[in-house]
Amino acid sequence: MSSDQNILVKLNEAGLFINDKWLVKGVSLQVEKGKIVTLIGPNGSGKSTTAKIALGIYKKIDGSVEKYTSKVGYVPQKISIDWTLPLRVNDFMVLTESLNKETIDEALSLTGVIHLKDKNLGDLSGGEFQRVLLARAISKKPDLLVLDEPVQGVDFTGEIALYELIKKISDELNCGILLISHDLHTVMTATDHVVCLNGHVCCSGSPMDVAKNNEYKALFGEQASQILSRYEHKHDHIHTDEGEIKKN
Amino acid sequence: MFDDFFIRALVAGIGVAFVTGPLGCFVIWRRLSYFGDTLAHSALLGVTLAFTMEFNIAISVFVISSMIALILIQLQKKTNLPGDALLGLLAHSSLAVGLVVIGFLTFIRFDIMGLLFGDILAVSVNDLLIIWIGGALILLVLKLIWKPLFASTVNYELAEAEGLNPDRAKAIFTILMAAIIAISIKMVGLLLITGMLIIPAAMARNLSSSPQSMVIYSIIGGLLSVIIGLFTSLEFNTSSGPSIITAALLLFILSLFKIKQSIKLKN
Repeated sequence: MSSDQNILVKLNEAGLFINDKWLVKGVSLQVEKGKIVTLIGPNGSGKSTTAKIALGIYKKIDGSVEKYTSKVGYVPQKISIDWTLPLRVNDFMVLTESLNKETIDEALSLTGVIHLKDKNLGDLSGGEFQRVLLARAISKKPDLLVLDEPVQGVDFTGEIALYELIKKISDELNCGILLISHDLHTVMTATDHVVCLNGHVCCSGSPMDVAKNNEYKALFGEQASQILSRYEHKHDHIHTDEGEIKKN
Repeated sequence: MFDDFFIRALVAGIGVAFVTGPLGCFVIWRRLSYFGDTLAHSALLGVTLAFTMEFNIAISVFVISSMIALILIQLQKKTNLPGDALLGLLAHSSLAVGLVVIGFLTFIRFDIMGLLFGDILAVSVNDLLIIWIGGALILLVLKLIWKPLFASTVNYELAEAEGLNPDRAKAIFTILMAAIIAISIKMVGLLLITGMLIIPAAMARNLSSSPQSMVIYSIIGGLLSVIIGLFTSLEFNTSSGPSIITAALLLFILSLFKIKQSIKLKN
């Protein structure tokens, strides 16, 4: 880990307890400048909750969050916009920060949706809207980008291009990225640090370390771990309910 | 120039329309119609208070409406009742209490109709000052909180995540709502204030494709409603409030013929 001044946001044993249950518990992680930290885990494992804790959306949390920047760009997983609002893509781009035309155009071009600039937000397809969301988040040149499944609904070629773009932005702006993704292949190749969640932190570390971790294998199955595995791996054991390994 | 009651009413109405235009857009966007109604109904209590204590009506209405808004927020936190039930509870009980109190004030001659539906004859030079200075203040504050308020109207979590403090903007907006009701009560009357907020903004929605254009159309709609309504009121000796709101309704009906295509596709 690098020196402390590179830290953008840090969670210390953070958790959220709502309606008599823990949505997520005891999460410690930190995002640094120029690094991509990815949260993986099954549905309902608390990935989005963790991201929202890091963003400061939840106020009454367990543990603590230290945030060292206010320049944040956020792509939420779900966004419901009320269509009683007349809102064009261009209006949406300047929602939280005033930007000049060049900056807006540049961001929209990067995500390939410049032609939609004057369209009504409600008329976009899911994938187009996702690209606009990403453009809006990067346009303000944030220190910290929080991307909650940023490429959902985007076509296959677009998906690869957008992940490349995210990687490029991280390098160029030297911003830290907290990424939530289901695409294990991308995660394992483009990430600096992986945190595997399942209500708590299952395991974390470099993609290599996590891929070898038994809890990760138990969560995602043998296939997932082979994405990175350079060796032929023969399944010669089974997992007990406690997550321990038993020889066949 | 302000000697003529009609000129005074016109100047007052124009001042009110400039403020209800943008505020009305937010009332529609944030779905606050019934909230506006509740504040307006509670204004009756404010008016009776003003009469008993011989205090300025606008200020006492502002104070009472703000208090009702605070009580509502507390009730929302402490009870399990849905929002609309709480709004109905506060709206009707404050209206009822206000009317009961009026019943006790037999020593004062009350123009109930004027209070409920507006009375252009009642607008004094003093009221003009309150409307224009108060209105300018409301618009200034609205401009200051525009970004966080608008961003959180679009999406609360985005605004919160990107550091815009939407809760503060929302609290300030609530106070602005109480203020506009306080300054427009004499013109439109407390039963119809929400109409002045909603109808021009609803008309504007039919014509606009961006938030800015909706605000501008909403102001224009409000101004036209006031001017048409007041002239009708003078001509046919009708209450000013209903005349203005009827004019606004006619404009809304006209706007239905020009609904933007995209809205039709959505619904």
